[in-house]
Amino acid sequence: MQYSYYPGCSLEATGVEYNLSTRAVAGALGLELVELPGWTCCGSSSAHAVNKDLALGLAAHNIALAQEQGRDLVVPCSACYTRLCKADHEMRHDPAEKARAERLAGFSYTGKIQIYSFLEIVKDRVGCDEVARAVRKPLTGLKVACYYGCLLVRPPEVRPFDRAEDPTSLDELAAALGAEPVPWCYKTTCCGAGLSLTRPEVVEQLVARLLAAAREAGADALVTACPLCQNNLEMRRPAQEGIPVFYFTELMGLAFGLEEAPGWLKKHLVDPFPLLQRFSLAG
Amino acid sequence: MATATLHLPAGEITVDAAFREEVARLSGQPLELCFQCQKCASGCYPTQEGDYTPNEIMRLIQYGARDAVLRSRTIWLCTSCETCGLRCPNGIRIAEVMDTLKQMAAARGIAPVGETGPLFHNLFLCEIRAVGRVHETMLMLKYKLKTGNLFADMKLGWQLFRRGKLPLVPRLKKDPAVRRIFERAGGQG
Repeated sequence: MQYSYYPGCSLEATGVEYNLSTRAVAGALGLELVELPGWTCCGSSSAHAVNKDLALGLAAHNIALAQEQGRDLVVPCSACYTRLCKADHEMRHDPAEKARAERLAGFSYTGKIQIYSFLEIVKDRVGCDEVARAVRKPLTGLKVACYYGCLLVRPPEVRPFDRAEDPTSLDELAAALGAEPVPWCYKTTCCGAGLSLTRPEVVEQLVARLLAAAREAGADALVTACPLCQNNLEMRRPAQEGIPVFYFTELMGLAFGLEEAPGWLKKHLVDPFPLLQRFSLAG
Repeated sequence: MATATLHLPAGEITVDAAFREEVARLSGQPLELCFQCQKCASGCYPTQEGDYTPNEIMRLIQYGARDAVLRSRTIWLCTSCETCGLRCPNGIRIAEVMDTLKQMAAARGIAPVGETGPLFHNLFLCEIRAVGRVHETMLMLKYKLKTGNLFADMKLGWQLFRRGKLPLVPRLKKDPAVRRIFERAGGQG
């Protein structure tokens, strides 16, 4: 199956291992991701905070590019995903917003392509059974707290892909890889997102609360689907805290036994190798 | 335009009846339905550091307290995580309201003392306008230079750089399509 692929700005820098692991895992599952030619920033985190026209126009431009390619669009970054979905939702359901977007981005909206998060593709298009069949090194015994973050499942009317208050898709995926997802209450509690640069002290408090809750739930590591979450959880963690934070695609790569996986994990600020060695998942 | 003065614990607040209608129109949200159940506030971690809780912001909008709302710290602490709107029993998407308030404050150049949110957003959009994408290394450097706080995250920056997560070569290609969106967009940017 072929999809257009929108990596987004973070996946070219602070989230580079999410980009690499998404592409590798897609390949292993027989999904062909074709990078969207000429993609530009979706506008997140700033456009919606200062200018309504830019928020809609910048997202609509990328939907226009995807429309030209004629393939559904796959977006790994939760922040990009929510902005693109929101613009698509507005154009699909509100003729005035559609007209505004068409004027701003200079195109004609057809509504023929759909936007998916990569997690959604893995979970709903490929399916956990197929994923489990691709596992070569099950993550047996590894307890993970699945951290969905804010934007993957919200707002529900824009993307009814999983439950908005207590989502389960990452947990089911982790279980399919042989890991043990732990129950906990902070699956969708905000990490501070874009405040990381302007109000780091606020983000530090939020992150400390999340990591403490994951520890309390008995997790060995956290699993995320968003570069903002992953970076905040590592960069703004308390000094004494060293719980690893994986992208779900990295855990898939490890469980599939992909050779490239250790290369992605070396990019983490919290070294995950001691933990992985304990479970005989890394050399 | 009807104006009056309210005496609140926060001090004397000038009210302006047109403000509520303006926020309602721009955000598209039914602000008058808020009955102060505080579900939004109980789930909002980021604004705990702010001067008002989200429900207090809603009440101040209903009062028409334009200045108090647009100058509040709370609006810049909102991360648009959408928890409030998901839980609101009256279906008010409070994150949309917060976005509208930020847009109004930014358009007027109003910000609380020491708040660098508007500067960050401005630099972010300048990056997009210049080259179509956000080069995170450049954005971080420019923000640090502008705020004079270059050394606070120096160690972190070095750790990211060593791991190849802060590429140095900036993207130089302009994107005419993105320029046109900026030209067509009204207001700031």
